[in-house]
Amino acid sequence: MDWNLIGIWVAAFLTLSIYSVLYRDNPFYRFAEHLFVGVSVGYGIVLSIYQGFIPFAWDPFVAAVTGESPTGFIKLIPIGIGLLFFARLSPRHTWLIRYPIAILIGFGAGIAIPNVLRANIFEQTRGTIAPFAEIAAGTLSGWGIFEAVLMVAGVICTLTYFFFAVEHRGPVKWLSKVGIAFLMIGFGSAFGNTVMGRVALLIQRVDFLLGDWLHIIQ
Amino acid sequence: MDRRIVFILVALAVIIPMLLSINLPVSVSEPTQKFYDYVESLPAGSTIMVAFDYGPSSLAELNPMAKALLKQCFDKDIRVIAITLVVDAPTLASALIQEVAAEKGAVDGEDYVFLGFRPGAVQVILGMGTDIASVYDTDYNGTAISEIPMMQDITNYDQIDLLVDFASSDTVESWIIYANVQYNQKIAAGVTGVIIAQMFPYLQTEQLVGLLSGILGAAEYENLVGAPDKGMQWINVESFVHLLIVGLVIIGNITYFIMRREE
Repeated sequence: MDWNLIGIWVAAFLTLSIYSVLYRDNPFYRFAEHLFVGVSVGYGIVLSIYQGFIPFAWDPFVAAVTGESPTGFIKLIPIGIGLLFFARLSPRHTWLIRYPIAILIGFGAGIAIPNVLRANIFEQTRGTIAPFAEIAAGTLSGWGIFEAVLMVAGVICTLTYFFFAVEHRGPVKWLSKVGIAFLMIGFGSAFGNTVMGRVALLIQRVDFLLGDWLHIIQ
Repeated sequence: MDRRIVFILVALAVIIPMLLSINLPVSVSEPTQKFYDYVESLPAGSTIMVAFDYGPSSLAELNPMAKALLKQCFDKDIRVIAITLVVDAPTLASALIQEVAAEKGAVDGEDYVFLGFRPGAVQVILGMGTDIASVYDTDYNGTAISEIPMMQDITNYDQIDLLVDFASSDTVESWIIYANVQYNQKIAAGVTGVIIAQMFPYLQTEQLVGLLSGILGAAEYENLVGAPDKGMQWINVESFVHLLIVGLVIIGNITYFIMRREE
């Protein structure tokens, strides 16, 4: 039995079932949708168990209990803390879940805050004003100077739009209106790229149907 | 107008150019050129870590660019360590790597290794900064990392010359925040069109050394590598659909203003 051929026919059937919703809702679409959700969740759970739970929790636990790894008991501490998440299932012991959550938030905030500040605030600020050092040194082209000025103007105007401590009247109003224009250009760019991405998905499926399934194209 | 007419027009705009195999010229944008130049500048024997951080729903945009990069790496004798932070990626990533490796004669364990998936994205990124083996004690096939020849001289990011993240979500930002900021790891990215707009600030600040944008980036990279494939085929079709959409937007706006005037 050619399992590859069967796979192609099943994939073609499911692809057409999903696209059939463009005509109207129907049982084929709902079957394919539910199948997709079920398979995705099942696959994710199995993979998480085999590549997460077993190597990082079960194997160290067995090694520690059986004495295979004398220092393995140290790993029982994080395993035990992780198990406290299941305390949620018992109304009497729900309060125990605070400890793993506290550790996660503490770790997350501690590691994230300095790195996020550097990556998204300090580096971006540096990147915004860095071209002016090149302007001062006379190494930036005319177009580069225009881009540098435009970028700073965009940052100032857009931030002004989100500055609500003063009433948007007079110059502040006009700056914020220019900020809206920059935002609209950004949204337009994002939308255009989203269209490109979505169309690519359609093209890939049509390529599969015409090529692998019907053999009309190479 | 019945929106199903739009669906039929879009379907025709995809099917007809695909059947006619129309080839339009593909120029190369600066972010793609930077990406390519950086990889080209690496000497033979260098190591690139490739993160396949996308699932089947983004395969259309990201598989072609990943394939082109793998071809370039194997042609240049650059070693590839592949991983993923996304739970539904391992099967498709493994299949793609094996396909390109078979085509280029690359050897598993010597020219490339696929380490698979580990849960906890941030912990995985941070853990590999200290010791990759502490996160991945085996590869995807279950071979102990200590027994893999190409991993003998690789401990952490210090031995990784470039990290490439092919992503459909915010994993690129996680790599930048934790691998680039914390460990000064050089990073390039190939992302879907949906998230490309939020990636450009990182390119401008050189937190990303290069950036591939959706199916266009894939086509550009295939063009640079000299290995035309699905990316270059599909971008031709994409151009016709974009023309149709621009036309529909113009018609829609004209109709809107005419109707408003009549009211």
